Amino acid sequence: MTAETVRAAQQAEQERQSRLEDRILCCTVAGCLSCGAKQVWATIEEQIEAQGRRGKTEVCGTGCMGLCSEGPLVRSSAADAIFTRVTAADAAALVAKDHGRFEERTLRADHPFLAGQKRLILRNSGYADPERFHDYIARDGYQALLRAVLEMTPQEIVAEIKKSRLRGRGGAGYPTGLKWELVARQPSETKYVVCNADEGDPGAFMNRSVLEGDPHRVLEGMAIAGRAVGARQGYIYARGESPLAIARLRSALDQAQREGLLGGAMFNTNFHFRIDIRVGAGAYVCGEETALLASIEGKRGQPVPRPPYPPERGLWGQPTLINNVETFANIPAIVEEGGNWFASIGAAASPGTKVFALAGRVKRAGLVEVPIGTSLRTILYDLGGGVPAGYEFKAAQTGGPAGGCIPTQHLDVPMDYDSLTGIGTMMGSGGLIVMDTSSCMVDLARFFMEFCMDESCGKCIPCRAGTVQMHDILARMTRGEGVESDFAMLEQLSGLLKETSLCGLGLAAPNPVISTLRHFRSEYEAHVRERRCPAGHCQISEAAEAHA
Amino acid sequence: MARHHYSGSALIEVLHAAQELYGFLSRDLLKTIAQKLSLPPSRVLGVTTFYHLFRIEPRRAHCAVVCLGTACYAAGGGELMNAANRVAADGRWTIEAGRCVGSCGLAPVTICDGRALSRVTPEELGKQMRVSANS
Repeated sequence: MTAETVRAAQQAEQERQSRLEDRILCCTVAGCLSCGAKQVWATIEEQIEAQGRRGKTEVCGTGCMGLCSEGPLVRSSAADAIFTRVTAADAAALVAKDHGRFEERTLRADHPFLAGQKRLILRNSGYADPERFHDYIARDGYQALLRAVLEMTPQEIVAEIKKSRLRGRGGAGYPTGLKWELVARQPSETKYVVCNADEGDPGAFMNRSVLEGDPHRVLEGMAIAGRAVGARQGYIYARGESPLAIARLRSALDQAQREGLLGGAMFNTNFHFRIDIRVGAGAYVCGEETALLASIEGKRGQPVPRPPYPPERGLWGQPTLINNVETFANIPAIVEEGGNWFASIGAAASPGTKVFALAGRVKRAGLVEVPIGTSLRTILYDLGGGVPAGYEFKAAQTGGPAGGCIPTQHLDVPMDYDSLTGIGTMMGSGGLIVMDTSSCMVDLARFFMEFCMDESCGKCIPCRAGTVQMHDILARMTRGEGVESDFAMLEQLSGLLKETSLCGLGLAAPNPVISTLRHFRSEYEAHVRERRCPAGHCQISEAAEAHA
Repeated sequence: MARHHYSGSALIEVLHAAQELYGFLSRDLLKTIAQKLSLPPSRVLGVTTFYHLFRIEPRRAHCAVVCLGTACYAAGGGELMNAANRVAADGRWTIEAGRCVGSCGLAPVTICDGRALSRVTPEELGKQMRVSANS
């Protein structure tokens, strides 16, 4: 495709859509699919036929609209609203545009769940069909890539990303522009761009939703990165556990290559960029960048010591740029609207938006995208509707097994990288799990430690043996068999793992323990000294109780 | 394997494809793969056993994946696991622990013979598993 044909295709598709009286978009992402979205879609299709509305009404799939706990969700362009808990029985009324019937289940733009959000990464989710290339084109897709290839030099692209002050969305928050510059400066002929889509934190599904809902956006971001750093080959390392995301990516990749937007001689220039997909096989440690590269090379996913960092020596020894899915998804908008525009959104030190997967004990659970720096209180109470009646907020867990928890007294903390680190947790990739007073924090720490113990690759001893020791102590505590010296031992082991582990997994494994010890020490003490679980969660044996 | 030009770096892709075809990765199958890709058999076995998704034993007739992601665990995934294991005592089930299936808004979730059960209770799971096994 050339710039002209892209524009012509965009116009044609926009006109086609504007001629429709109604476009009904059914969410087709994991959450809604598991509660019957496919059947809803099929029934709407039948109703369009039955009511003779073919050509006037169209039904298609779309990305995550956010409110997963109220699914399946369906959006109607005529009503300009989202309907919740739609069943096949609602299909006839939907097609007949009898929207009044859904008043109780209607979500309009002014609903607190939607009004509090700013959707940049998810802007197409709910509006475009992820399986249709032309839907993405109609919503200004690939315009940024066109600009990057035809109108900008690689240096200008890097400068724009630096100006945006975008920070890596994988969790660590390294400035993206600096990373790009590092790779761009390498004199090597062969370089690689790698997209880390190995989202393994239990309780996190942001990246998967982006890939399932808007795969072209990630491909476009990667191609722009290829242009900026001088790479001709990209890899997406996707998680084997999310087959739908892989299928959508494959189909998007085929379409983009068929249309000549990826591959050789793009837009009649000498720039070419290929992307291949590599499917992981269920190893959490492969989210660590050096382990991920080893896995792409077909080896066991074991990390190697850094430096040299991947921007210097990465895949097959060549300079490699690794960014997370959400980071790449931010790129097209930055190139299109400019770095200054992006830097004006969200918190000054870390601009932009962040997608959070809000789950646990909260009324409205799902996927939300908010400006960075929004307080936890706003996300939890305004967007999430608070904790259901009869329960009481205790803590929110962020950052998965590498993160920590936010207790009640810190509810007003702005959700940005530095503030979260300041209270002993981290931004992480965006999992946000709300816990109420029936959750036991000692057991939660044990749960995460068990995860790290399972997932430790076994290469370095502090992590391999340390996680087992820490898990044993925590498990003993939850059985009511802890002893006083366990506290000192936990703290000593935490320090040891943090200082001597080889990679991020071991370094961060003690974080949930440190964080819960800091904010909920009394719960640990109750388990050890009084042989009881304040949350009433742990099964403490009678023998242990008698011992107290 | 031809699609990947018999390159050793495609080992993981080849293992995925082989498992899809044969259901699990037997010793003989791994030996053949090692030969075709010109890799030491130890490397192939090492990679296979490193990753959770590769199976070196066949699955039983029925399969339940209990999600133990944080949201599901906090909502009672552990109890679901116990319930599933109780049903599995009849020897017809493979029970696996899932690492977040991405439906946290509907926690706790279990995938029972390919069907996702959301907001499921241990009693309901046991019932559904018996229905599934006897149909």
